[in-house]
Amino acid sequence: MRRLKVFKSLVIDSVDAITQGSKKYHIWMAFLTFMMLMGMYCYSIQLDQGLSATGMTDRVSWGLYISNFTFLVGVAAAAVMLVMPTYVLKDIDFKQAVLIGEGLAVAALIMCLAFVIADMGGPSVLWHMIPGIGVFNFPNSMLTWDVLVLNGYLFLNITIPFYILFRHYQGKESKASVYVPGAILSVFWAVGIHLVTAFLYQGLQARPFWNNALLGPRFLASAFAAGPALIILVLAIIRTYTAFKIDDKTIKKIAMVVTVAAQINLIMLISELFKEFYAPTHHSESAYYLFFGLHGKTALLPWIWTAIPLNVLATVLLTFHKLRNNFRVLFFSCFILFVAIWIEKGFGLIVPGFIPGPYGKIAEYTPTGIEIGVTLGIWAMGAFVFTILAKTAIGIELGKLRYKK
Amino acid sequence: MSSDNKKWFSLNLNRKKKESSGTCGCGKTSGGCGSYSEHPQMTDEEFAEAAINASIGEERTKDGFDQVFDVKMDRRSAFKKLTASLLIGAGAVSTSCSVISGDESKEKAQIDWEEQFKGNYKLMDDDEKKGTVERLMRSYELRTGKNISMSSKNAEDDVLFGYAFNISKCQGYMDCVNACVEENNQDRNSQMQYIRIHEMKDGKGFNFNEADDNYYHEVPAEGHFYMGTQCFHCDNPPCVEVCPVQATWREDDGLVVVDYDWCVGCRYCMAACPYDGRRFNWSKPEVPETEINKNQHYLGNRMRKKGVVEKCTFCVQRSRAGKNPACVEACPTGARIFGNLLDPNSTIRWVLENKKVFRLKEDLGTEPKFWYFMD
Ligand code: SF4
Ligand code: SF4
Repeated sequence: MRRLKVFKSLVIDSVDAITQGSKKYHIWMAFLTFMMLMGMYCYSIQLDQGLSATGMTDRVSWGLYISNFTFLVGVAAAAVMLVMPTYVLKDIDFKQAVLIGEGLAVAALIMCLAFVIADMGGPSVLWHMIPGIGVFNFPNSMLTWDVLVLNGYLFLNITIPFYILFRHYQGKESKASVYVPGAILSVFWAVGIHLVTAFLYQGLQARPFWNNALLGPRFLASAFAAGPALIILVLAIIRTYTAFKIDDKTIKKIAMVVTVAAQINLIMLISELFKEFYAPTHHSESAYYLFFGLHGKTALLPWIWTAIPLNVLATVLLTFHKLRNNFRVLFFSCFILFVAIWIEKGFGLIVPGFIPGPYGKIAEYTPTGIEIGVTLGIWAMGAFVFTILAKTAIGIELGKLRYKK
Repeated sequence: MSSDNKKWFSLNLNRKKKESSGTCGCGKTSGGCGSYSEHPQMTDEEFAEAAINASIGEERTKDGFDQVFDVKMDRRSAFKKLTASLLIGAGAVSTSCSVISGDESKEKAQIDWEEQFKGNYKLMDDDEKKGTVERLMRSYELRTGKNISMSSKNAEDDVLFGYAFNISKCQGYMDCVNACVEENNQDRNSQMQYIRIHEMKDGKGFNFNEADDNYYHEVPAEGHFYMGTQCFHCDNPPCVEVCPVQATWREDDGLVVVDYDWCVGCRYCMAACPYDGRRFNWSKPEVPETEINKNQHYLGNRMRKKGVVEKCTFCVQRSRAGKNPACVEACPTGARIFGNLLDPNSTIRWVLENKKVFRLKEDLGTEPKFWYFMD
């Protein structure tokens, strides 16, 4: 039972590492804990009152939760952009970044699952969804596909880094023959989770705004822009606050990925806009609502008109090598790109699907404080999980955490 | 499925219909699910008390109309209940054998336990259906001292329900809407309504965009005509395909129904319905005890709980008993026609064969069993 002993010592060591740190670190963790507690309090109110505590109605039956869920699936999928070159193409540059990327994927997936559960009307009967005990409407319902691929992806993204760290913890090299197959699998899997999530919406003939063939590919493009953009920001923070060394070269390479994805995303956006506005049909009304408002109802205008300029600006900045290689500009562009895509692929995508309603009724949606509280709480939980994972991983990689025989 | 004996035009999209089958774990309806295990640390009395508190708790003192065992999760008891359900599991049976605590409380706890962990109605056999219906009736009696009757009647052979709506006749009186709410025990607080009546302007055609489905003035309004929508009981219902747990399905007589106890409240079906046919219980539905329609069907107008989806069932409690749905009966103008599409002598068949009928959004391939026509 040597392995178990090593594992036990790893847990003890990492708990040690997590609970110790600079003052800033403690403030950060305390802040996250506070946000999580607040989120839990809001969620308890929602459990008590039912989903009427949120801004959702029969007319707009999905809102902030599902929007965030959709966006975060994209962030999770993006880890693959780092996995592929590192493990498969032996591009040594990315090696340190990839552990961070996978940690990010795990945190994002946990947030995804939390958002789905927060959105459920009956969390107490969630077991109805567990295959074997409940009834799993597979393969008819895309939601069951999503449950499968998300959990599978979570499993992959936990096991691969765990294996590597576990080996390094014992001062051994990790064997490529063990993790490379897993890494290759996760490459395809990441594309899978994103396409399946897009199909969730794309497959609904009732909602013309979603029922278009570009939705899936655009999901991929925007995910591969927003995810690595977030990774760049996180790496920048880690570089500043820890001894973990990340080469400029690594960040520049990831920036390249972000740039290409952002450019493709922009092309697809243009194609979408052309289709909706050159020859508008009855089905273009949702897009009209999103971009110009309908019948004086304009709740989404400020959002989308923040997102589009940010998106364009970031893409332009990233396109020029000079600007992209300047780290200040790079971090700024990554940040605004992330925000822009969060808006666009979040409620810029979900809410207009319901507006106008099936019979043209325009009922707007505004999230309530409770809803926003739960959302912030879940984001804080994601950040918390990520911080813990990253701290342990960095400790091991720096050689601070080692198994003592 | 009856897709091979169609009596109307369909889009021939080569759609293959599969009889879907699912796995269901516990369809057990009686006898709890543990073995007779004694709980070592607690006496039976303590255990019974704990189990009852955990499972019904405050509901012991609750008034009326709550026949549904919505395991209510509030701030105080959410965690308590989660752990308690395991506890009850271990000893539900041993509790029911003890004679110390009140028989009725024990029975309630037992019923709640079985209801919380029963299977999907769609997959139950007739005995199991009877079992759950009996438990629900008994539980209502235990809680309120009043009796309801609840049916679990299955679809009959050679019946396929269909509906036709005469646009020329409808005057927008909304009697159908009120009758529906009363018949189907819909939540009064949120004013949930299955039927929407769209008021349209003469001369604009069927322009839903400019129609008003929420008017409060005297009808019929000058220069307007009216058109009602509700769930159309699609023969190829997209809402059914998307449900992750098969909590909603198409019955053999064409009714699209929901098992309120199986629904997890994801609202995917609402997003998938092109006809605004579904409603969600955003908070706990409430109906004053005196207004409750006590003639119920498991798949129809029995009391719902918070966080589940519901919809028009063509009044399954009435239609399977050979009556017209409440809206048809209530309509003062005779604009609504309901009947068996497979019966060549039915009025609905006469309408389909002699009037110029149409359906909404036929291009989506959902095949609603709800036709519109004009005189
Ligand atoms: S009208 Fe909507 S809810 Fe009714 S069967 Fe068709 S898709 Fe389902
Ligand atoms: S809300 Fe209920 S009936 Fe609708 S898809 Fe979800 S589980 Fe199925």
